[in-house]
Amino acid sequence: MSTFAFVLRRLLGAIPTLALVVTLSFLLTRLAPGGPFDEEQALPPEVRANLEAAYGLDQPVYLQFGRYVQGLLRGDFGPSFRFRDFTVGELIADGLPVSLVLGAAAMLLGLAIGIPAGIWAALSRGRAVDRFVMALAVAGIAVPVFVVAPLLALVFGIWLQWLPVAGFVPGRPSDLVLPVVALALPLIAFAARLMRGSLLEVMRAPWIRAARARGLRERTVVMRHALPAAILPVVSYAGPAAAAVLAGSLVVETLFGLPGMGRHLVQGALNRDYTLVMGMVIVYAALMIALNLLADLAYAWLDPRIRREGRP
Amino acid sequence: MSSSLWDAARAALARDRLAMACAAMLALLVVAAVIGPQILDFREDEIDWAHMAAPPFEAPGHWLGTDRLGRDLLVRTLHGMRVSLAIALAATIVSLVIGVAWGAIAGFRRGRTDALMMRFVDVLYSLPQVFFVIILTVVFGRGPLTILVAIGAFGWLTMARIVRGQALALREREFIEAAIVGGAGPARIVVRHIVPNLLGPVIVFSTLTLPQVILVESFLSFLGIGIQEPLASLGNLIADGAAEMETAPWMLAVPAGCLMLVVFCFNFLGDSLRDALDPRDR
Repeated sequence: MSTFAFVLRRLLGAIPTLALVVTLSFLLTRLAPGGPFDEEQALPPEVRANLEAAYGLDQPVYLQFGRYVQGLLRGDFGPSFRFRDFTVGELIADGLPVSLVLGAAAMLLGLAIGIPAGIWAALSRGRAVDRFVMALAVAGIAVPVFVVAPLLALVFGIWLQWLPVAGFVPGRPSDLVLPVVALALPLIAFAARLMRGSLLEVMRAPWIRAARARGLRERTVVMRHALPAAILPVVSYAGPAAAAVLAGSLVVETLFGLPGMGRHLVQGALNRDYTLVMGMVIVYAALMIALNLLADLAYAWLDPRIRREGRP
Repeated sequence: MSSSLWDAARAALARDRLAMACAAMLALLVVAAVIGPQILDFREDEIDWAHMAAPPFEAPGHWLGTDRLGRDLLVRTLHGMRVSLAIALAATIVSLVIGVAWGAIAGFRRGRTDALMMRFVDVLYSLPQVFFVIILTVVFGRGPLTILVAIGAFGWLTMARIVRGQALALREREFIEAAIVGGAGPARIVVRHIVPNLLGPVIVFSTLTLPQVILVESFLSFLGIGIQEPLASLGNLIADGAAEMETAPWMLAVPAGCLMLVVFCFNFLGDSLRDALDPRDR
């Protein structure tokens, strides 16, 4: 199978998942006891009826669903129930760039530090370096983002005053340093641990002994023969890692006051703003599907068994 | 499962000093969370007007200080731990029951049933779980029960996969054949012969599920869409602490320290259990 067919098949495979996400999130929000306009103070019935008519909530559910899907296909996520002056699409367009920059930077930083750290630990197995890196990795996995992020803000923002703790001015990268680091730390830990374990396993393989027997330098053995195989588990971790980064970005954006999608989603959840939550979840789901697809493609490209036979 | 395997596992675990320390620490924390709030001098929502935001060891009786409303931090943290542990335990049991039943039936029946059941698991797996948990909290209101249902709804998937794989392998073994020859029906075989033999991996995976559930619950409570005030959970205590960390860093340190301790101990214990129960190492 050609690469093109492979990509096409995976893309088509993503459609049912996305359709399921849309359907489920729509049905779940319509299942809700109580509507979005239930507030402390009961609205007069006339006002309520007008509001519901304005948002189409007085129609049967299947009509509402049809209208919602038609809107989605045009890129229209409907109006926000709470931010009355904005459509959900505007809020997404507003938050997406910030979230994307944040997530991409965290992923890159996490892999760029985690992979070399894992290699280093594996190559100095049992020595102090190895134990130090692995102890840090265990800590990085046990400490969740919502603990790391406040601690970083406390140490580097408040005590040392090196970096801003909150707020965001477009084009001022220093605002993003602490959020990115907070998101990247667990990733570094996971990637380092995976990389170390996988490289240690590969180094025991017969073909590594064969490469050594041919008198190759240790450096060549590791870089040319061991690493390309050992990196595969880390590549397949990229999908789950993306999910973790997206979830973590909710915490980081809320805590550091970044105007990304995550903060809108949390606000929407607190306000029971159904259309906003649905729209955000759909976009997050699409992002995750896309990232998983990229990880699969990278895997297929890196794994010679798949590359040669042409099928995963 | 033969008793010798369990004996060997217990011996291997007993030799692992750090794992034993983790188990002891967890036992201590659970006991403290259960009886601590009962025997300490303050209630979790009791306001001490004379000592607000008191640092640890300064105000009389408030060993770990108070929060900005003068509520005792030790009592609140123990209370939060009780809530977090209770939710984690309940959600783990839910996912254990569904996952084991689902996986054992799929693995035992094989064929179309298996394909259909596991396809369902695959579909749920492909959903962005955290975001669906958030939708569920929006739909059903925030609170312990919603969190439990939302986490339980996805928690059983991995368990079902693990159990199915094991059940498929077990099915081919002679003692299952013997049971079939002996006239045992499918229900009896699953309950009496397959499930007991799955205990090892199930225990290991449950131990590793507990900290995951604690983390998800704390994550939601931190964002304000999980456990709500005045009920304490480790997550909303950490959120409170993060808001006050400039002036009262202990408010962050105490609940965050407890959370990390619990998660670390469960993870480490789970890993050690896996090593101890893994027959390949012997």
